Amino acid sequence: MKRYMVMAAGGMSAALVLAACSGGGDGADADTGEVSSLSVLDYYNNDPDNSLIQAGLDSCAEELGITLERETVPGGDLIQTVLQQASSQTLPDVLMLDNPEVQLIAETGALLPLDEHGVSTEGFAQGVIDASTYDGHVYGLQPVANTLALFYNTDILAEAGVEPPTTWDELREAAATLTEGDQYGISFSAINTYEGTWQFLPPMWTNGGDETDLTSPEVAEALQLWVDLVESGSASESVINWSQGDAKDQFMAGRAAMMVNGPWNIPAMNEIPDVNWDVVQFPVNDASQTPVAPFGGEAWTVPVTGDEASQAVAVDFVECLNTPEQQLDWAVSRYTIPTRTDLTEDFLAERPEMAAFAEQVANARSRTAQLGPEWPDAATVIYEAIQLALTGQTSADEAFAQASAR
Amino acid sequence: MSSLTHAPARAGQASPAPPRRRRKLRGDDIAKILFVLPAGIAMALLFGYPVVKNLTMSLQDYSLQTFFTGEAPWVGLANYVDVVTDPIFGQAMLNTGLFTAGSILFQFVIGLALALFFKQHFPLSATLRGLLLLPWLLPLIVSSATWRAILEQDSGILNRFLGVFGVEPIGWLVSPSIALIAVIGVNIWIGIPFNTTLLYSGLQAIPDELYEAGSLDGATHWKAFRYITWPSLRPVVSVVLILGVVYTLKVLDIILGLTGGGPANATQTLATQSYQRSFVDFEFGHGAALSNILIVISMAFAVVYLRRGRHAADE
Repeated sequence: MKRYMVMAAGGMSAALVLAACSGGGDGADADTGEVSSLSVLDYYNNDPDNSLIQAGLDSCAEELGITLERETVPGGDLIQTVLQQASSQTLPDVLMLDNPEVQLIAETGALLPLDEHGVSTEGFAQGVIDASTYDGHVYGLQPVANTLALFYNTDILAEAGVEPPTTWDELREAAATLTEGDQYGISFSAINTYEGTWQFLPPMWTNGGDETDLTSPEVAEALQLWVDLVESGSASESVINWSQGDAKDQFMAGRAAMMVNGPWNIPAMNEIPDVNWDVVQFPVNDASQTPVAPFGGEAWTVPVTGDEASQAVAVDFVECLNTPEQQLDWAVSRYTIPTRTDLTEDFLAERPEMAAFAEQVANARSRTAQLGPEWPDAATVIYEAIQLALTGQTSADEAFAQASAR
Repeated sequence: MSSLTHAPARAGQASPAPPRRRRKLRGDDIAKILFVLPAGIAMALLFGYPVVKNLTMSLQDYSLQTFFTGEAPWVGLANYVDVVTDPIFGQAMLNTGLFTAGSILFQFVIGLALALFFKQHFPLSATLRGLLLLPWLLPLIVSSATWRAILEQDSGILNRFLGVFGVEPIGWLVSPSIALIAVIGVNIWIGIPFNTTLLYSGLQAIPDELYEAGSLDGATHWKAFRYITWPSLRPVVSVVLILGVVYTLKVLDIILGLTGGGPANATQTLATQSYQRSFVDFEFGHGAALSNILIVISMAFAVVYLRRGRHAADE
């Protein structure tokens, strides 16, 4: 009896050593022979994204000679699903995470550090790598990114003789001029969720504001821009209850001449061809500034499942999703920006209408670059301050002090 | 109560032949226990476990980490101190009180008026009564999305309608001073069918003879209501009110769908705060503490209900 146990233990440690070799070495040439399938979890549960992502995943599965068991959940349920799976030890082999949540999950120790498994991050935009880096290690790779810019209705602006604004003063003026009757100058989302925070980052960051010091005059000045737009009637008071989807609906219905929004709306907007639009970068407060917007998009990570062979294949799979060919395919089909910066030119050749977004992405910042897993606390203070100021409870100068007192 | 009064009587009958009876009774007891057991297990699993888990969770630092490491350090009452000293807590308490009181008052009064109205049995009254159930049958997400569109400041149909009479657009869901009233209004709309249905069935149970006898003594209209309807309806009324309070205290989906607790926290209640803490901020200990406070408040009303039920049975 004792002898058998020793043998079993010996066998097990041998297997562990072998597995450690295949996992710890160069991820690219891991042996996929014994792994025939990977489980994947993501939140692209609606078409067209769902099938476009499926196509990308399938082509990598084919390349690695494996099959996929893919599960999709609605965006709001992803983290709760991950938590349930973590406590029942059923995390998938490949997990998609919204980029500001990568560090939050990495902090728990649930994710595999990809850089330790031979994954190279060379050639990626720095902001994307920052978002997926926790404690010096890279935990996710993001094939494509999105961001925010200013859409405008070309017909309405041409008719009113208004040029697309490049500074905040021009933005205020243009929005006021374009407001008439049922039509507002601009729509954006200032809702009391992280969505409202995300939309506020272009003015806040462009003006030199920083999430490490939310009570600075630069941040207050950015909030004042939102307050001015609403108080002057150039934007609806309802912005505090609008999601980005609502902001887009207002724009497409001709009830707003401009909007702050992202490129993920473009496929849906193309379905209404009689609204003509174009995009410019978010305006700056004074001419010396560069527009800075937040990075959006999702990273692909490899949870620590304990099955080293599968983990090694999963690492290869994530690498495959991020090859230049895959990035370009995803970017073109989903109107997003490839995160390998040297692909921008090829990308714009196919999608010239994305020029403003590509430029905006070049200077974009990651939300979690500075605060890491503490970002959600700052994000909550930001949307609460926006709500206080836009409802006239406090001035823009005092809103952040009041909101952070919580 | 009737089962309790029967039990001693049967035991009394059983006394003449103690030795044989006792063994048989034991068999009975086992059978009784076996009958209760499935329900007991179901209660323990589906009711006991979550309540106990929620209690322990509220005493722990239960974070995102806990799901991965299984570690949740005990923090005593720190979570309760944190949530109660939060500046929003006072407002959430006040809002919960206003939301519940406002909803119940109007749901009940309108529900009672409609129940009395439908008791008149006019043509199509049964059809109309069926239609009245609609708000109750709609999924709450659908109701709140529809009302959100109706109450929209610029293009909502309500403001368009009021505009015909020269009323300036009202920020139903975007003005901090009005949003709570609007949310209560929608909740009243949803709660009316529940009140009407229960009160109507209560009215049906009042014998017509009482009204006939009353009318001979000159009790008609208001007097009939005051001296016949209301006293006969009392037991139903207390059930409707207490269930209504318990249901309304924990309303979440309607508020999330309409305002998400905004604008500027004007419609935060204990329920929305608890949701926010647990599922947005991932501070499960705080969320559990808030929901336990909510449970204690609900339980106070439930106790009143149970005691009233006992009095009614004693009478």
